[in-house]
Amino acid sequence: MSQKNRLDGGLIDRSETWSFRFDSQYYKGHKGDTLASALLANGVRLMGRSFKYHRPRGPMTAGSEEPNAIVELREGARKEPNTRATTIELYDGLRANSQNRWPSLAFDAMEVNDLLSNFFAAGFYYKTFMWPAAFWEKVYEPIIRRAAGLGSLSLQDDPDGYDKGFLHCDLLIIGGGPAGLAAALTAGESGARVILCDEDFLIGGRLNLETYEVGGMTGAAWAAGTVARLQAMPNVRVMPRTTVIGAFDHGIYGAVERVSDHLAVPEDGKPRQILWRITSKRALLCAGATERPIVFENNDRPGIMQTSAIRAYTNRWATTPAQQVAIFTNNDDGHRTASDLVAKGVEVVSVIDTRADAPTSSDYDVIARGVIDQTWGRLGLSQIEVKMPKGGIRRIKCGALGVSGGWNPNVHLTCHQGGRPVWNEALAAFVPSGTLPPGMTVAGAANGVFSTHGALQSGADGAKAILADLGIKASAPALPEAEDTPVRITPFWHVKTAKRAWVDQQNDVTAKDIKLAHQENYVSVEHLKRYTTLGMATDQGKTSNIAGLAIMAEVAGKAIPDVGTTMFRPPYTPTAMGVFAGRAWGMEVRPTRLTPSHKWAEEQGAVFTEAGLWLRAQWYPKPGETHWRQSCDREVMQTRKSVGICDVTSLGKIDVQGADAAAFLNKVYCNGMAKLPVGKVRYGLMLREDGIVMDDGTAARLAEDHFVVTTTTAKAVQVYRHLEFVRQCLCPRMDVQLISTTDAWAQFSVAGPNSRKLLEKIVDDGVDLSNDAFPFMACAEITICGGLRARLFRISFSGELAYEIAVPTRYGDALVRRLMQAGEEFDVVPYGLEALNVMRIEKGHVTGNELNGTTTALNLGMGRMVSKAKDSIGSKLSERPGLTEPDALKLVGLKPVNPDHKVPAGAHLMTKGDKVTASNDQGYVTSACYSPNLGCHIALGFLKSGDTRIGETIRLVSPLTGVDHEVEVVSPHFFDPEGERLRA
Amino acid sequence: MIINHPLLGPRDSSEFVYLGDACLINRPDWQADDALDQFIEYGHTRDNPAGLHRELWYHEQGDRSWLVVTRNTVTHEITQVELARDVARAEGRSK
Repeated sequence: MSQKNRLDGGLIDRSETWSFRFDSQYYKGHKGDTLASALLANGVRLMGRSFKYHRPRGPMTAGSEEPNAIVELREGARKEPNTRATTIELYDGLRANSQNRWPSLAFDAMEVNDLLSNFFAAGFYYKTFMWPAAFWEKVYEPIIRRAAGLGSLSLQDDPDGYDKGFLHCDLLIIGGGPAGLAAALTAGESGARVILCDEDFLIGGRLNLETYEVGGMTGAAWAAGTVARLQAMPNVRVMPRTTVIGAFDHGIYGAVERVSDHLAVPEDGKPRQILWRITSKRALLCAGATERPIVFENNDRPGIMQTSAIRAYTNRWATTPAQQVAIFTNNDDGHRTASDLVAKGVEVVSVIDTRADAPTSSDYDVIARGVIDQTWGRLGLSQIEVKMPKGGIRRIKCGALGVSGGWNPNVHLTCHQGGRPVWNEALAAFVPSGTLPPGMTVAGAANGVFSTHGALQSGADGAKAILADLGIKASAPALPEAEDTPVRITPFWHVKTAKRAWVDQQNDVTAKDIKLAHQENYVSVEHLKRYTTLGMATDQGKTSNIAGLAIMAEVAGKAIPDVGTTMFRPPYTPTAMGVFAGRAWGMEVRPTRLTPSHKWAEEQGAVFTEAGLWLRAQWYPKPGETHWRQSCDREVMQTRKSVGICDVTSLGKIDVQGADAAAFLNKVYCNGMAKLPVGKVRYGLMLREDGIVMDDGTAARLAEDHFVVTTTTAKAVQVYRHLEFVRQCLCPRMDVQLISTTDAWAQFSVAGPNSRKLLEKIVDDGVDLSNDAFPFMACAEITICGGLRARLFRISFSGELAYEIAVPTRYGDALVRRLMQAGEEFDVVPYGLEALNVMRIEKGHVTGNELNGTTTALNLGMGRMVSKAKDSIGSKLSERPGLTEPDALKLVGLKPVNPDHKVPAGAHLMTKGDKVTASNDQGYVTSACYSPNLGCHIALGFLKSGDTRIGETIRLVSPLTGVDHEVEVVSPHFFDPEGERLRA
Repeated sequence: MIINHPLLGPRDSSEFVYLGDACLINRPDWQADDALDQFIEYGHTRDNPAGLHRELWYHEQGDRSWLVVTRNTVTHEITQVELARDVARAEGRSK
């Protein structure tokens, strides 16, 4: 009984017979099939279970608007839930499983929900699970989530790659049906740069699905010939399997190309999908139209589908959902399906037409003014009951029922920029309004032009108008002869007596739900949508929105346009998260910057950590060290005892040059910089205009008109941006130029009592490093290692006698090796970020933990640095009353009373005896470490009036981590408070 | 969005960093009698127009120009793009 519903003809390749599996059953299909068409050919109508009631469902459509036939495609890590069987291209060995059923698709225990449907009407959850409130999260929600649902995730990493790309064109044509092909031909022949996207793997739209002749050949043959012509044009890019998912500002469109979804596994080196960002001068939307259903009793049984879908399966895929087919229609389209079926030898048992003026046929029985009253068949349609015009019921046996309620233009993309479609009475449909995304026009069925001739003509005309607008001369290609049948429709939305009649089949919304929502006074269509969940499933209501609106209009006694229409938003069809991420995955989420000593540090076995975009050595473990603290403590002790080296390249460096360089820095630093002598470095504090500290760093004056400014690693980009703002927007006539030189110089800190002796071994003759010649805060341009230019700064973050030495980046690796070699006699040690942090906390130096975007110079104990004698960014607003309260937070040091206790960062400070409440909060801990020099844990933090509370014992609490003990408030300068070591 | 850079031509907005209202160019005189009030106004008070808005964009992934972009906040149509330095000079800002 292989492929018992396969017919003759079609656009499938019968020379390729492929085997595939759905649930536990193996089937055969052909190249060119979709999963849905192959299953139908094998006599399978049941493909899924509905979301809420677990009703048996089969495909309702033959395209991307499918609400019902959604499956889990593939297995293992490549499993993709909620994939529409109607768009899955068949490949050999395909595996798919039905979802939302247990234990099997045919016998689903949760079908009991259907029997309980009276309890599950719109708003059921809101009304039923109101109390007790505590039950919602723990009891109700898990049960509801298990009962209702779609497919399941693999919970494994996606093994496939995704990519992003950029395309530019004069004209983007969205949709390759008759309108799109005629437009592409017109624009392509004129020489314009054209991109033609179609979501299908076979371009042609309904030309591939209908039996009409176009230019004396089949529509499919004309489409194939036209596509071949377009593909031969160098200025035209034809993109099948590409869905334009969104219309964005300024002619930018997002499109997803499914490069490998038609293969079991992507080819080597090929991505699974590509997200294209298409920048177009103009766009022509030729997205076609979607046939909409009529709502009637039990209209969701497998076998009930759009008449256009039956025609598609019959003509393109040479398959019929059943051997006896009935049609239910309010327009002439249903009759077209009937004739096509008859031509293929399928029995049409009856055409039920709601109109009095229904056409008659000698090939099949027509019941005018008939409506479907009821349907039967548990897992698939077996019989319909027709209410006859003169009364009485006629029972008709059939395995499939085609339904046509007319056509809705696919206006979705016209709404992505806020456009609202307008109601067209003659078509009984919404068509695009005048407020389209700028640069977009609409042609063909998407614009309400439904005949083949009309679509071809409007596509060509649309392209011509666009080309004229762009100043491109258009030659008009001759259009082929094609049918030009007018639309004949009498609106008929739903059978009023129906009780269980499905409007939104994917979210299980019935006509009764909509009426109930209206009774409960949900007047706005947006509220209706959210209360009933109409149109909120993965199909965005492509087949259900208009019927829902029509029923709403009817119960509200309004016209459809007065009820309004809901918005469509990107993406047009469900889109994999992976394609939005592209290659930005894992460490590729952002660039990784390596310091010049990275390779050397790797050789030393350094442990790295991320600091901004940089990877920096955190500590350098020695053999036998099993805990990072052992390495860190050793590095600290050895640096303070002899000498240590740390790569500080990642700190931002900005070169400031020009006659007004000093005046410029005086403006951006709150402290004075104008009078800094050449050859000196000064610590500087930069404020935001609102008076909060932005960053700190140093400014070194290498010449009258040349400074080198450093920033913290984290703020390098923001500070540079800010300096350019001040330069261009606030001081546009200053003679000053900026350039970021962070990448240009490798910089190392050489710290410790032996640092001078070490450096003396590598500087060239004539460079005097004595304390008199090169004192604390001196800087100079020197040469080292026999002529290599270098910059030397005598600055100290560690509190030791220390230098920072910079060489052009390409010499960074050589320099660190030379320094380590020269330092051997001093037992030089490389130190990482942890040791750097310990030493700066011991000295009370601030970093990002203290410059946390809420603190002022006053908080940091640097209030007097803010010069009142000059204008600088932030100085005025730092005087605001709220920032200068007498009890303002002040930076303090903290030591535990019990030396075994830690002082964790994030813990809060309370006055002894006070209740632990937020209103009694006295401050918080910002930085903490174990100090090997003091032999206990120490910390920095902010404390209200902290500068006057030195010596006070205070309570440290962290309710989250259970910390509650006493600490002593001390000076933040734990180590060498007089700074004798760094001036040595 | 596409920003038509006066020096570099049309550039994608993803190359830029947005700051906000171009009124930030008009930084008050620090020596004015009511300087603190003026700075509070300058720092915190903004119009929120539905329509044309002059705003500052920074070409961070490009030539590091600050631009004054006139954008319709309703339609995102961009009607004018100027170098912020030229705007600032025209408004009399100096050193």
